[in-house]
Parts: sequence; structure tokens; C-alpha cells
Amino acid sequence: MPIPPAPADLEGRLDAILADHADLEGPLLPILHAVQAEWGYVPPEALPIIAKGLNISRAEVHGVVSFYHDFREAPAGRHMLKICRAEACQARGGQGIEAAAKARLGVDWHGTSKDGGVTLEPVYCLGLCATGPAMMLDGRVVARVDKTRLDALLAEVEA
Amino acid sequence: MSLKIYVPRDAAALAADAEKVAEAVLAEAKIRDVEVELIRNGSRGMLWLEPLVEIERDGIRHAFGPVAPGDVRALFDADWGDHALALGPTEEIAWFKRQTRLTFARVGVIDPLSLDAYEAHGGLKGLRRALGMTGAAMIDEMKESGLRGRGGAGFPTGIKWDTVRLAEASQKYIVANADEGDSGTFADRMLMEGDPFSLIEGMAIAGICVGATRGYIYLRSEYPEAIHVMNEAIRIARARGLLGPSVLGSDFAYDMEVRVGAGAYVCGEETSLLNSLEGKRGVVRAKPPLPAIEGFLGKPTVVNNIISLGTVPVIFERGAAHYRDFGLGRSRGTIPIQIAGNVKFGGLFETAFGTSLGALVDEIGGGTFSGRPVKAVQVGGPLGAYFPRSKFDTPFGYEEFDGEGGLIGHAGVVVFDDTADMLGMARFAMEFCAVESCGKCTPCRIGAVRGVETVDRIARGEVEAIPLLTDLCDTMTDGSLCALGGFTPYPVMSALRHFPDDFHANAKEAAE
Repeated sequence: MPIPPAPADLEGRLDAILADHADLEGPLLPILHAVQAEWGYVPPEALPIIAKGLNISRAEVHGVVSFYHDFREAPAGRHMLKICRAEACQARGGQGIEAAAKARLGVDWHGTSKDGGVTLEPVYCLGLCATGPAMMLDGRVVARVDKTRLDALLAEVEA
Repeated sequence: MSLKIYVPRDAAALAADAEKVAEAVLAEAKIRDVEVELIRNGSRGMLWLEPLVEIERDGIRHAFGPVAPGDVRALFDADWGDHALALGPTEEIAWFKRQTRLTFARVGVIDPLSLDAYEAHGGLKGLRRALGMTGAAMIDEMKESGLRGRGGAGFPTGIKWDTVRLAEASQKYIVANADEGDSGTFADRMLMEGDPFSLIEGMAIAGICVGATRGYIYLRSEYPEAIHVMNEAIRIARARGLLGPSVLGSDFAYDMEVRVGAGAYVCGEETSLLNSLEGKRGVVRAKPPLPAIEGFLGKPTVVNNIISLGTVPVIFERGAAHYRDFGLGRSRGTIPIQIAGNVKFGGLFETAFGTSLGALVDEIGGGTFSGRPVKAVQVGGPLGAYFPRSKFDTPFGYEEFDGEGGLIGHAGVVVFDDTADMLGMARFAMEFCAVESCGKCTPCRIGAVRGVETVDRIARGEVEAIPLLTDLCDTMTDGSLCALGGFTPYPVMSALRHFPDDFHANAKEAAE
């Protein structure tokens, strides 16, 4: 994926985000969540500004961003599909759903469908373990997923 | 006369279209010009019946489920009486009736964001009682209750609190571990979504006991509904004086906030969680020092599971003896067991310790959802052992499961039918460990990768690699810094021990 240009008014927005979190103990994760909520990913250009704001090194900020699965270093597709891979969903046929989603989108885990429509990510447990297979589409949880349901939901967002 | 209708807002209900059901109820009521009081409660825990809609008549709640949005019109036509989805009075449903609900007494019963409903159902009594006690007396109460850490480690909660209470520091903290990443577990989520004030009350009691004025809930990002409900509940608690500079008008100050995780399983480990809370990589810390001495920002910190903290109010409300008198051996009180996976009647079943695994799977769970025979049951999350049917007489308790080479963990029970490939599950355990390892210690970081490769060799028929896998598991068990690397051998070795055929399926014939 090509590296996107830095978002407009990155510094201005970042300063506001940093100011919003100035009083927190251990503010880095809340700041990164706010950054990702703003732009959909953590732009690399933001790292030195955050580092300076918190008086820590760029390496530390990069280390944190790259440690956590949630933080993206590049934008995702327009929609985010997370499918649970954990044991309880596997026990209810989750692997069939994984395979169907990969085939339909033409991607493997972490991939984005060709038209940039849907990014597929694994998730390890949504806490819906008695009504799996479970998934989350754009932040909305769905249980008892079968191939028909998966197709219908994907058709909805792809429309 | 207005009709009182309950439609759950628990994520398990929402994931089964509860929101559309709620909309349909309001729309249908409008068409019929019926006055409806719609209450969005937590879940009763009978998840195969979600969305489970209840209607209150003469003070008794009657259940209907699972209700699809399209069923609502017919339910109104039947005047919420005789209908194919009618299940009778909710609390008379056998699955519900045979439980002992202490920690989950209010979950599914009340509107989770009504502090008045919370108080009307016994809430805040424990805190009011605690406010009149000395710290030492509160510790005695906790110790007498026999409550042990419900996250899985089973450490006595009262002893942990006492260490923090006796530590001298300018600031102490209460940290609630809501990084419930174990597959097959959802008790924390259900408690936070269904009765958030019980967690707030439990944390306030802990804070007052040990002298901590600040608390955090480290809540995983995979639980958006729980994050929303918890934040709302904290806002309400602050507005009503339950949190703040003077808790319920007392001389004690206590306040708290939610911090959202970022998708790292290892952050459920307490020291890794503390690093994450401080804004660092979620890398495990070596112990000692214990978090009770040097925890969040180096200050004495109580780190407890959501269920441990959520159980504190009922212990103070009803007294330690009431709680302690349930259970068996050194496992006192009740445990919210989560029955999940390929099971017919899955959900949250709170009961005294001591129920056998077989009763949980066959009688309560009703066997598999697929209708096929049960092959294995994984207890205690991705780091828990697989139990075969021959171990089904094991009673649910900390020591009892330990004695069988397993653990109860956070009390998740995941059922598999006979189509499960146990070699595949062993591989998955190693793969999961490799994905989620924090990278600090070698046995976990490298061992997990080698584990996947070794299982793949066995899958190709190289059975001579089995002793290598065993040896690798020994190294991971003995040499890992935390439970991720240290316990991954539980599922792997139990799968190998109890289901050897799955590891020999492709065994190459001996050279002729």
C-alpha cells in the first residue's frame, strides 16, 4: 500500500489532542486511540510530535504503536471486518466463516479487498462465545454468523 | 395501564438483533396505541435464548425468546401470552432456577444505568456498611469470605488488599482488570454491561479499605458496549456523590476512570496491564516487586479481576459467612461459569463451587449444539487444558482442576464435538502464543514459534517429533516469565495426552 500523504492540519489537531490528555496519568494509549479515531490510523508524522509533547523518545512512541494490534500504521479500507478466531468460535464452525470471508474479499488476514472496501482482521474473542461464530463489522457485533449472514452483511456495506 | 417490556442491551443480545427488536416493540406499541415502558436490561445469561424479551405482569416477569424483530407483531397479537416463543416466568426456567446468583444477582434484572434500581435491589448497602468499619475489620471480612482471585490465579483477595493497606505511600491505586481475553469467557463483559454499579461499589470499598483514592478499569477495546455502559455509570456515580471527594458524604475520597486497551491479549497479565496503563508496551514485569508494593507508576496497587471486585459488595452486604458457606474445599462462594462453544444451552451459570464438569456440559449445557458427541472440553481459556469425557467427574474448584493437570482460569468452559482435530487445537495454542507473546522471555517468544513448527512436523507424520514437543513444553512451563508462555503447554500437552490418535493420524509406517 502506498504511503498516504500526511493529513491536513496534523499539528494543529495533535496539539489539541495532546492538550485534552495533559492531566492524565499514563496518557499515551488514550492519545493514540484519539489519534486513530481522528484519522483512522496513526500517521508516522504524528510520532515525533507526540514524543515531544510527552517528553519521551520517538522510539518509545513507535514501540508502543507497533506493540498493540489495534493501532494501524496505515489507513484501513472503508469498512473493517473482524472475525473471531478463538477456540469457542472455532468449536462452532468459525473456520468456515474465516475461509468464506477470505474467499469473498480475495484477501488473507490484515488484507484489504482490491477496491479498498473492506479490511479483514482477526480478533481473539469478542466475548460472544456461546453464540458464535462471532464477528464485528464497523464496530457492530454480530453473533450466530453463517455464510448467508456474512454475505448479506458484506453486500450491505459493499453497496 | 402501561406495559413493562424488557429488551436486553447486553452485547450478546445486540449481536442477535436486540436493537431492532426494541425498535419493533416501540413501533408496534405506537401502531396499537399501547403505552409501553421499555427497559433495556442486561442479559439473564441464557444466551441461546437471546434476544430474550420479558414482560412484567403483576410483578412477575415472563420470558419470550429467542425473539426476532419479525416476531414482535405476533407477540402483541397474542397479548404477550400464549405464543410459541413463550417460556413462562423467567425465574422459573429450570436453567435459571438452579443457579445461586450472588455476584450476578442484579444482572438482567435491572436497568444497568439506574442507580435507583441498583439501590432498590440491595446496592450500596455493602459500601454503607464498609464506611463504618476500620480498614483492618474490612480485611478480616474479606479474608473470612474466602474470596480468591477470579481472574484465574486464585490468590486470596483479602491478603492482597492487606499488603496494599499496610504499604506506606503518598498515593495508592485500585486497578480492575477487564482485559477479558480468554476465549469462552464473557462474565466480566456481562457484569459491566448488566450491573456496572456493582463494580464501582466494589472498587470504592477496596479503595476505602486500602487507602487508595484513585482507580482504573483497564477495559479491552473488543468490548465497545461495556466501555459505553461503564463510562455512563461512572458519570452517574460521580453526579450522585458515590464517587468523588466525599464518597456518599463520608470523609473518604475515591474516583475512577475507564482506560481502553488496544488488542493485546498479554495485557490481561497484571504486570503487563500496569505497563500498558502507564502508556508503555504491554511487556511483562518480573516479580518481585509485587504490584501490591510497586504497581501503577511504582505505587502500591490492588489489581483485581472484575468478578472479584464485583463480588465485594455482596460480601459486605450479606456478611462474609453468607458467602463463605457456599463452595467446597478451599474454593469458597460462587463462581460464574461460562458455558460456551459447541453447546446447546450456553450462557452464564453462577453456582457454588463443586459442580462436576460433566454436569455442566451434559446436564446444564445439554450436550453439543451440533448434536454430535462431545469430544473435548477446554476449561480456563486458551491457556487451559482440554478435558476428555473420562475426566468429567472433576468437581469445579481451583485445587480439583489443578490436580487433574488443568486450571479453572476465569471459569470458561468451551465444548467441542467429535469433529474437533486436537492436533489442530494444539497448533492453534502455539500459534496464539506466538501472536500474543510480549517478547520479553525466550521460552515464550521463540518456544511458541518452534512449537508451531514442531506440531506441523507431527502433522506431516513425523511422530518422532513428539518427544521434542514434550521437551519444548517443559522448557516453556519452567522458563517462561508469565502464564502466557508458562501455561500454553496446558492445552498442547492435554491434547497430546488425552487424544494421542489425533497426533498419529498421518504417522509414517516404520521403515521396512
